[in-house]
Amino acid sequence: MGKFGKKNKVSENIPTSALPDIIFMLLFFFMVTTVLRDQEILVEQKIPQATQLQKLQKKTLISYIFIGKPKNTALYGTEPRIQANDALMNTTEIVQWVNQERDKLPEADRGGITISMKVDKDVKMGPISDVQTELREADARRVLYASVGKVVKD
Amino acid sequence: MARKKNRMVQEVNAGSMADIAFLLLIFFLVTTTIASDKGILNVLPPKVDPNVPPPDIQKNERNIYTILVNANDDLLVEGEYRDNADGLDKDVKAFVLNFGAPDEEAAALYNSLPASLQAEAKRDPASSDNPKEAVVSIKTNRGTSYEKYLEVLDLVKKAYFDIYATRANLTTDEYRALSGKDDAEQALIDKGKEGIGMQISIAEPDKLGSN
Repeated sequence: MGKFGKKNKVSENIPTSALPDIIFMLLFFFMVTTVLRDQEILVEQKIPQATQLQKLQKKTLISYIFIGKPKNTALYGTEPRIQANDALMNTTEIVQWVNQERDKLPEADRGGITISMKVDKDVKMGPISDVQTELREADARRVLYASVGKVVKD
Repeated sequence: MARKKNRMVQEVNAGSMADIAFLLLIFFLVTTTIASDKGILNVLPPKVDPNVPPPDIQKNERNIYTILVNANDDLLVEGEYRDNADGLDKDVKAFVLNFGAPDEEAAALYNSLPASLQAEAKRDPASSDNPKEAVVSIKTNRGTSYEKYLEVLDLVKKAYFDIYATRANLTTDEYRALSGKDDAEQALIDKGKEGIGMQISIAEPDKLGSN
């Protein structure tokens, strides 16, 4: 007859008293890293991949411009559109927008304004070239092609 | 004698604390978008002044590495057709480090390079004279997809960053992560770049066959 009775009963309770602390730690992490989205993106954004990514040091210098097919095609059509701040705009308005953005910066930093172009993968070079021509016109020549990291195969 | 009559155990029930924290955690998990300000940095040329005619640049054909991308995302690299961009970084690297006809300054630069980069120099007279002269030109069409353009630009940048990183004795990723926020980092950046400028010319897209 085998004896299957447990000899010494170890208490099997996992101590859960530290659980709230752990959760709070996670919570604080996400609270700190979170950026509540303050603007609605009106255009499609499938950001392309690239390997040679660089990070910018001064985030305050960055202004974002979104280019892509409008999500609401019934209202805005299917051609790629440009969005800055909260609204879609025409190519001709870019110079004005850049100047507004530049005025928000402290005077010493105005030369270093960087435009982060968040462009959808499916956009062709035509509209992008038009935007870049306008950016040159506005003398905001530092451009960051926003992209996400690609896993290199080899 | 003052005596406490009934000693109640004064304790806040903390059992549901975890639940509350979980609830908050899930809220932030859902709303969070970890901001990524990463991308490929490019500096556009200054705007064209209509009163000043564009400078007439005499440059030898051999010093320009032309990459054309058409509306079908096909590539024409130095006159040769390619249907994908694989290996372009290696070719650009070989072009930049060719040292076909180095002048005195370039010879000094050559001697300062680490041996692994010196080995890249093929001294082909039909390719670039020296890294100072070498220019990579990317020309697209208005119908080229942005994805392809970025892929090509990415590979050209990779070629340069590879060279810089090897000179600074770092891996390419480490070199790109340098921010120049202190003198030591800035010195490393300068060490990589010295004498080899990232000369990438992005031509205005032509209008043929596009929308």
